[in-house]
Amino acid sequence: MGILEVKNVGKRFGGLQALGDVNLSVKENTCHAIIGPNGAGKSTLLNCLIGKLIPDTGSVMFDGQSVLGRKPHEINQMGISRVFQTPEIFGDLSVFENVMIPCFAKRDGSFRMHAYESCDAETDIIAKAEAMLDEVNMLEKRNVVASSLSRGDKRRLEMAMCLSQKPKLLLLDEPTAGMARADTNNTIDLLKTIKAKGELTMCIIEHDMHVVFSLADRITVLAQGTPLVEDTPENIKGHPKVREAYLGEAEV
Amino acid sequence: MTDQTTDTRMDATRPRASAAHKSSGLLGLTGKDLGLFIIVALLTILAPFILNPFPEGSALAQFNGGYPDLMQRFVIFGIFAIGFNILFGLTGYLSFGHAAFLGVGSYAAIWMMKLLTLNVIPAIIMSIVFAGIFALVVGYISLRRSGIYFSILTLAFAQMSYALAYSVLTPITGGETGLQLKATDTPLLSNLGPTEIGRANFFGVDMRASYEMAIGDWLFTFNAGYYIAAVFMLLSFYLAIRLFRSPFGMMLRAVKSNQQRMNYTGLNSRPYTLAAFVISGMYAGLAGGLMVAMDTQVGPERMFWTASGEVVLMTILGGAGTLIGPVLGAGMIKYMENIVSKINDGILHQWFAFMPDGIEDFLVFVIHPFIGKGWHLTLGLLFMLVVIFLPGGLVEGGQRIASVFRRKETKTSTVEKSAAEQQQHSE
Repeated sequence: MGILEVKNVGKRFGGLQALGDVNLSVKENTCHAIIGPNGAGKSTLLNCLIGKLIPDTGSVMFDGQSVLGRKPHEINQMGISRVFQTPEIFGDLSVFENVMIPCFAKRDGSFRMHAYESCDAETDIIAKAEAMLDEVNMLEKRNVVASSLSRGDKRRLEMAMCLSQKPKLLLLDEPTAGMARADTNNTIDLLKTIKAKGELTMCIIEHDMHVVFSLADRITVLAQGTPLVEDTPENIKGHPKVREAYLGEAEV
Repeated sequence: MTDQTTDTRMDATRPRASAAHKSSGLLGLTGKDLGLFIIVALLTILAPFILNPFPEGSALAQFNGGYPDLMQRFVIFGIFAIGFNILFGLTGYLSFGHAAFLGVGSYAAIWMMKLLTLNVIPAIIMSIVFAGIFALVVGYISLRRSGIYFSILTLAFAQMSYALAYSVLTPITGGETGLQLKATDTPLLSNLGPTEIGRANFFGVDMRASYEMAIGDWLFTFNAGYYIAAVFMLLSFYLAIRLFRSPFGMMLRAVKSNQQRMNYTGLNSRPYTLAAFVISGMYAGLAGGLMVAMDTQVGPERMFWTASGEVVLMTILGGAGTLIGPVLGAGMIKYMENIVSKINDGILHQWFAFMPDGIEDFLVFVIHPFIGKGWHLTLGLLFMLVVIFLPGGLVEGGQRIASVFRRKETKTSTVEKSAAEQQQHSE
């Protein structure tokens, strides 16, 4: 039994079968990559995992509990965090506040009426947020308004926000899309260090094969809403079906 | 000379000290907030002096705003706008029905005075409680939608309340004529003579009691009602500052910034917005209760949609999302409503009497639409100018003026620096 068990999940948008019959099992503390050509249903699958979409059929079990029918904030409180394809951050707030908010969510749950206490008095939250920003090398930008960050920095910030919650499962939707080579390598290094700690499971969607092969323990290839094959990176590289469906058109 | 240049450079590159580690100061406020609160407190306490800068009988005396009725309006609408800003300024939810809570608060207060006691404190407490309960119901339903749909829902609720107060609920609201204290009212805890009309008091102090102080030609009025309302305003302002700087306030700003990210971060935005809605409704109720405490009457027009629109104008004019903005906006609008509307053609003719007749008449003709009944036109123009050139309201205007002065200072220092660098190169 993996920490995430996706069974027979299907999702249809009108006439389009976005997900056919997806089965996926992600083992604890591993990195599972989902690859596939555009329109294969990768993002739809992630959306089903975090409560943004409700699948028409099948079941999604996380840590022994069903995810389906729960609201996004409840699913997050179960221990699933997601990094989005386009960075979702609090643009009007400072970098530091952006990291403080998930720390509050982790400590106080989905709602707490703390309207009289001062933020400055929350020393444990401040210490946690500072440590997290330091880990992603953004401490010197703590007072910058988040919307004015570069795209690479926004991604790092979003990653820091997700990691500060110490999730059990981290979902990454193309974490290096649109990044410069150096930024991509930094991100890989960051994810490798996190993975080396062995404290969380990662599920990653990525088009950049360099990223996939340097991180993933197992890879699922998705095509037209159904899993084509699931195997280790070494076997995937040479798999004829995969080459035909996907890798044949991209350089490895 | 060389040493000096390296010194300034080091200063420039030195990282900014973190603001988060300051110890809590007086009243739990730090730095700028404490300064702001003290300034507002001083201005409110000294308002009878500040608002009456012109001697009685002088041509400019009509610009004096230091009479009790207007000063009370300043602080009461200040409270209303502070509360509205907690919802609109922080969460971005634009309610178009906040006058309903003001009205509910007013009705609750007048009934307390009619039935229980003429002391204003129970009346004010009940106005906050009833407005809070009503806001809970309206907010629970309206907050299912956001954006324009939320605004329309709140507007619908407020207009419904207005229409009900005007017609069906006449036994409770007094319908068109509204409610006021009458000789037939016999509050339980107040000993009134058989034909005596009760007067609102604060533990025996009549709300209308005033002390007049004449210094030379100047006349300053200190009114009991004003100071009681002012204490409530300062308390509201203090609580609003605490809320702005609290984790709760941060969450409300997160709602405005990115509600989706908030939900995917494990936070339920609904109770946060609902709490903000109820708090701002209670502020409106407090304002309504204070209005009754001042003039012991209420009518349904207090809930009309234009009253809801007025508080939106106040908040935007002053600066939504800022601490002091709503109070400034409320003061500005109430000042114009009461002062600009008083000016008439006769006064204009007096002002321009020194000019040749033709020009005098022409000037009066040009200015005429902007004064007296035309004060809305002046307000409208002012509002347009602010929204177009100062989207952050009057507060942004103040900040820009301040930054111009600051820029001048830094400019001189950079000029010195580049001069020093040039000298260094030539060496």
